Amino acid sequence: MSSLLSRHIFTPFQAGLYRCGITLQTGKLRAPVLLLFFVFLTACDTGALNAPYAEEDENQSVLYQSFSERPKHLDPAVAYSANEYTFLSQVYEPPFQYHYLKRPYQLVPLTATAMPEIHYLDAQGTKLAAGADDNAIAFTDYVIEIAPHIQYQPHPALAKTAQGDYQYHHLNAVQINAVSTLADFTGTGSRELTADDYVYQIKRLAHPKVQSPIAEMMKNYIVGFDAFAQQVSTKPKVEIKDIPLAGAEVLSRYQYRIRIKGKYPQFIFWLAMPFFSPMPWEADAFYEQAGFADKNITLDWFPLGTGAYLLAENNPNRRMTLVKNPLFHGETYPTEGEPEDLQTGLLADAGKSLPFIDKMVFMLEKETIPYWTKFLQGYYDASGIASDSFDQAIQFTGSGGIALTDSMREKNIQLETSVAISSFYMGFNMLDATVGGNSEQARKLRQAIAIAVDYEEYISIFRNGRGIAAQGVLPPGIYGFAEDKAGVNAYVYDWDNGAARRKSIDAAKQLMSEAGYVNGIDPKTGSALILYFDTAAAGIDDRPTMNWYRKQFDKLGINLVIRATDYNRFQEKMRSGNAQIFVWGWNADYPDPENFFFLLYGANSKVQHGGENASNYHNPEFDRLFEQMRNMDNSEQRYRIIQQMQEQVRHDAPWVLGFHPKNFSLFHSWYKNLKPNLMANNTLKYQRIDSAERAEKRQAWNAPVFWPLVLASVVFVLMLMPALNAYRRRVRETLQ
Amino acid sequence: MIHYIIRRFLYAFPLLMGVNILTFVLFFIVNSPDDMARMQLGQKHVTEQAVENWKQQRSYDLPLLWNEKAAAEEKITQTIFYQKSVGLFLFRFGVSDSGRNIGADIQQRMWPSLAVALPTLIIGLLVNISFALLMVLFRNSYLEHAGLVLCVILMSVSSLFYIIGGQFFIAKLLRLVPISGYDDGIAAVRFLILPVLIGVFSGIGSGVRWYRTLFLEEVEKDYVRTARAKGLTETQTLFRHVLRNAMIPILTGVVVVLPLLFMGSLIMESFFSIPGLGSYTIDAINSQDFAIVRAMVFLGSVLYVIGLLLTDISYTLVDPRVRLS
Repeated sequence: MSSLLSRHIFTPFQAGLYRCGITLQTGKLRAPVLLLFFVFLTACDTGALNAPYAEEDENQSVLYQSFSERPKHLDPAVAYSANEYTFLSQVYEPPFQYHYLKRPYQLVPLTATAMPEIHYLDAQGTKLAAGADDNAIAFTDYVIEIAPHIQYQPHPALAKTAQGDYQYHHLNAVQINAVSTLADFTGTGSRELTADDYVYQIKRLAHPKVQSPIAEMMKNYIVGFDAFAQQVSTKPKVEIKDIPLAGAEVLSRYQYRIRIKGKYPQFIFWLAMPFFSPMPWEADAFYEQAGFADKNITLDWFPLGTGAYLLAENNPNRRMTLVKNPLFHGETYPTEGEPEDLQTGLLADAGKSLPFIDKMVFMLEKETIPYWTKFLQGYYDASGIASDSFDQAIQFTGSGGIALTDSMREKNIQLETSVAISSFYMGFNMLDATVGGNSEQARKLRQAIAIAVDYEEYISIFRNGRGIAAQGVLPPGIYGFAEDKAGVNAYVYDWDNGAARRKSIDAAKQLMSEAGYVNGIDPKTGSALILYFDTAAAGIDDRPTMNWYRKQFDKLGINLVIRATDYNRFQEKMRSGNAQIFVWGWNADYPDPENFFFLLYGANSKVQHGGENASNYHNPEFDRLFEQMRNMDNSEQRYRIIQQMQEQVRHDAPWVLGFHPKNFSLFHSWYKNLKPNLMANNTLKYQRIDSAERAEKRQAWNAPVFWPLVLASVVFVLMLMPALNAYRRRVRETLQ
Repeated sequence: MIHYIIRRFLYAFPLLMGVNILTFVLFFIVNSPDDMARMQLGQKHVTEQAVENWKQQRSYDLPLLWNEKAAAEEKITQTIFYQKSVGLFLFRFGVSDSGRNIGADIQQRMWPSLAVALPTLIIGLLVNISFALLMVLFRNSYLEHAGLVLCVILMSVSSLFYIIGGQFFIAKLLRLVPISGYDDGIAAVRFLILPVLIGVFSGIGSGVRWYRTLFLEEVEKDYVRTARAKGLTETQTLFRHVLRNAMIPILTGVVVVLPLLFMGSLIMESFFSIPGLGSYTIDAINSQDFAIVRAMVFLGSVLYVIGLLLTDISYTLVDPRVRLS
């Protein structure tokens, strides 16, 4: 390749310079120019000139992806963001996971041998019979048994000497100074995963020094959590392993029990999140040694887990690399899925050993242009679609559907779409004197606004059609979400010819009149009703969105004043109840309706209780239904209650039900076993790369083009000629 | 000269203290410790207790500048300002609010920044000075006018356009270099070609015009006429005499930025995925990480002071008439 390059690049360049007669003939500049090109060519050790990766990876089963925001934390007790879970979930293994293929989302054992045994207890700790009254349940026990012979990844924290002592747990300052990264430790070790490690991690969640974001919430559930937190607040992390926590107890080497207060069926979902992954105490004993933090060698940066992958390189400013864990306990590809999974080939690997991919390289890409280009060149295996490349990738068909553009189809790129388990809404502060409260006047005003704010238009303009207008609090995929007519918000939409049609603006104006604001005129002032939209979207890019909101309110004659401020002030307004109208969103922690309806539960009011109910909505009937629904297992009765709650929210309209975003993702044809799973984050172990196809396509798509360089050199030389003549003339003139 | 340098460093102390106080005041006018805690803790399930815990763990529960409740000297030492800012003078940057050691981060990230900025500066300087001298050589000719028009056109184009255009043409259409990325050691060269090329090209318009102005000022002076009268050619006059005598303003512009090259370039590094320091401060401001903001502002001030000092010293090297006293 190098000789080929030298013929193409070097010769015209050399020739051009030669014609100039100023460099290579002298021999003085030849050496540096040759050196420069030698360096260039040496650096180009890949098949194509534009390849951003080393050649040795070309034919391996390597997945190439990107990330745009560096993860802040990789300690499973602290991390709580999607961009952190992308890495963490491949390394750490909580006892349960979501089934990769089955829908609705279903939990299955991961390191556990089976789903937990759940026991309900009364206040005296006596076991209650199945079907006991919820009021009688004082505690719930989750007894979890994990599989034996699961090993941790090789790690220096677990390395032992021949005498059986930990090799790196008592390092002195000189030894610590000698290392700059975790890879500098030559010795590594492993040990078996035990129930102690799960219990130790729950204790870590409680330790104030760890600062877990769910610590405050877990105080309400795990027995003795708060007392334990106070007890250990001044103790080093590693000491907590010997201090008992009433709510988390080891029963045997492979069995442990978590005791929570009352009944909280959704707790099981937390057990599938990285917060409840195992942590060997040795990790804290190793990383907490003085001097490591100064070198950024911390547990927050270098994870230690039992998962299918281990983090081999952590440079979040450039690249994160995961490689197959050589001690992975083994898992097989699911043999069951949805009926269509068989036809789409998603079960072709059923029963095969996981993981399929040897190495995963995540590159930091902050800008969408290079990111998109690299995807088209085949250097990223998957891509989202930024708004500026949307038209290149997606076209709308005549029937309103979506399809890939011809250029995407030529490359055999696949499109996967899925509706996110999220809800975005425009909230009213129910404590506000004008838009809040339960009065008929305020309710009709809110309902009128709900009709006027056309979220279908919003989705079309600002999201390229990527979203569906919300008909209720729940997004699709969550139990209780009703399809078609049964799920329509009848206060905003009419059911017409098998589809929901937004009511006309006249209907909204009628509601305005009934609310006492005829044509939007506020009777108190005699002029247009003024409402305030509080937002942190103060940038110039946000202006079109804000103008759009103004226009929506203007349809009703309402003058919407945008009160844009910085993020801190906005949050402060929300906490103190000084906001009037705002937009907000929620991504599900787990696939249960409780995780959405709690956003409207009175006891979660933001102003009064500091909770997540940003609208400060309080309706005793809704609260009663919520309390009844949250503890129920999915059943017909629960479904009915959910529909009642949906109806209550639509009627009271504390939110203008906005939209549920739709994710569009593109994948190259060599990327296999893809099925969007919005709850699971550890899905990379199921996916597969056809490296041979990728290598072939990359080569075909990335042949360098040299002729413009040759042309530019010729033009440059031609332009230089008259300048040289002029120079000679000038020199002659000066001499004369 | 040693006395001069020591004196300049001593002058720098009150200056750096002032910068420190100003950064501190400005930052805390906009952000309170509560805001910082909420930003770091995320948006879900954040309670008042969690906020208090976060502040306590990082000493942000102390008063800002004056601790009324403390005794004696602790009125000053038991404050956020003292706890967070004094260590800077010993170049102890401490730990960022998200838990990373700032000194280690800076050490790791400054080299890629330098790898882009230094060649861009050197090559840019050579190209700009060469073109400027050529324009002076061809002054009052169509070549100079054409060059000037070209410079104005080049100056008028946004640097973002050069980046996007360069990436599109060279990396996407011609596929000659990777569009973005970075690597260690010698392998970094092919990732640096495009950003350096674009960095140099985008600076040609303004650079050439600036140096041309400097040279034109010199070229009218008596010693140039003497040199010509001595029989030197125009190129000999320009390169041997004019260039040397124009070195002071050139050095003023160049040496002062040398130490700041470590700080990187936000847009360039962002578009080319160079893992440098360019976005470090902006990211910290966005995430309300005061520890990084104060460290980077302090470091920037120190480097600027060093740059000015180096400039003064460099004058003595190029102009024997200059004496530091």
